[in-house]
Amino acid sequence: MMRTHSLPVKFENSSQKMLAAGSRIAYSLLSLPRAGKQVWTGPDDLAAQPCRLRYAWQAPGRSILEFEDGSPRSFDSNMQPIPASAPVIEFREVAYVLPNGQPLLRDLNLQVQRGETLVVLGRSGSGKTTTLKLVNRLLNPSGGEVWVNGVPNAETDVIRLRRSIGYVIQDVGLFPHFTVERNIGLVPRIEGWPTDRIHLRVHELLQIVGLGKEIASRYPYQLSGGQRQRVGVARALAADPSVLLMDEPFGALDALTRDQLQREFLLLQERLNKTVVFVTHDLREALRLGSRIALMEAGQLVSVLPPQDFVRSTDPLAAAYVQAFGEGLNSVATRGSE
Amino acid sequence: MNVFHFFLQHHEEILELTLEHLWLVGISTLLAVVIGIPLGILSAHWPVWNKPVLGTANIIQTIPSLALFGFLLPVPWIGARADRLAILALTLYALLPVIRNTYTGIRGVDPSVVEAGRGMGLTGRQLLFQVELPLAVSVILSGVRVAVVVSVGLATIAAAIGAGGLGEFIFRGLAMVNNQLILAGAIPAAVLALTADFALGWLERRLQPR
Repeated sequence: MMRTHSLPVKFENSSQKMLAAGSRIAYSLLSLPRAGKQVWTGPDDLAAQPCRLRYAWQAPGRSILEFEDGSPRSFDSNMQPIPASAPVIEFREVAYVLPNGQPLLRDLNLQVQRGETLVVLGRSGSGKTTTLKLVNRLLNPSGGEVWVNGVPNAETDVIRLRRSIGYVIQDVGLFPHFTVERNIGLVPRIEGWPTDRIHLRVHELLQIVGLGKEIASRYPYQLSGGQRQRVGVARALAADPSVLLMDEPFGALDALTRDQLQREFLLLQERLNKTVVFVTHDLREALRLGSRIALMEAGQLVSVLPPQDFVRSTDPLAAAYVQAFGEGLNSVATRGSE
Repeated sequence: MNVFHFFLQHHEEILELTLEHLWLVGISTLLAVVIGIPLGILSAHWPVWNKPVLGTANIIQTIPSLALFGFLLPVPWIGARADRLAILALTLYALLPVIRNTYTGIRGVDPSVVEAGRGMGLTGRQLLFQVELPLAVSVILSGVRVAVVVSVGLATIAAAIGAGGLGEFIFRGLAMVNNQLILAGAIPAAVLALTADFALGWLERRLQPR
């Protein structure tokens, strides 16, 4: 990927000259890009609102513009907008082999649609975490392609890609030397948001994840496990990414806290409508949270089924899971249709 | 005449040599920090560098100090002035604790914190300066502390090649079989070492991340 422009965000310039509508704009922007300028993003623009340009860069065969609100948009060589493809995340024939030659993933084909929660279910070593890390390029595939927001991952700017994706892990990984407020506000801060806006955003996020204002000035070691993971979720949501990756986020919590956080996750998801990839080994959690469940075993995708179908599946592995988790799963799986 | 009187009588010379001593230790420690921390970061981030860097620093450490002064004597520019030579030798000795502790400190940062930072889209530089170094700072400082304390002692030997410092008193005292002279060098050196140890230890605790 050839990155031609890296533009610092300057929102205070946003009231400058507004440019006329149409895709030609993209061309003039790329030849003379200026961050913070308000531009019309062309006929495919969602609300035909002027958007502020954040970054612009070029990849083979396309130019990519990232606006303040919404995901990066691609333009072809004639500067015509390339419509955002339907799946937000797409795995095409993806393989991943460790440097020592041991294969972890084979022939992975998977699509994640906008606004859905795709749960990747599987036992340890089945390749589910690897799958997740391929999305934000913490790992790069040995074969095949991963596409995010209609752009092949290999061509994106890896830092821009990661900042447009929220990432939540089981160990949370809060920065121990930062207060909760600085933890949550880190990405907005390095993205150059003004301080008062970061402050407002942090308080809004604390409220969204069900924490009080007084938490903001505390350090991670002063929080309980549940509070920590709430802060982790708030931090991932800070710059309002459209995609959220969650790697067993509730795995280390006690049963009551886990139940509560799962319930709040469903409410949150109803409200924010993010595209979520959620990794777990807990079938109950998968049935409860997922709109679809991707079952993995030994580096391969076994099946992708909605929860209702999963519990009735005749696939031996799915059936084994249902068996192992016992009775009462049907009621969990059908929670959406009641 | 007891030691106390001797100190009173020679306080000007003692002060002068103490400052000279401090200069040798201070400059060499500064150089060791400026060179050692980047080398520590290098070996922590790129395992290929780990063995050659730490190995070399280790080997330097095993060279007897008097021998090292001797080895460096024929080196052009460096060998021309005794204080340059002493500073270079002290720097070389101070490198190992600084490099090793930088390496240990950075490798000791919780992997989940680093993973979260990378996943959030921090650049390598942001991760280093905002996460890894702040979290490793107290470990790095304890390496600097060891380096300083060792340097204060080693710098007394620098007087053997005429670089000055409190070693002057010690060598003179040894030659003249005069215990008071030896103590005039040894006591301020010990006080310097203890003060530096205490001050850096205090700073280290202050900077300890919770």
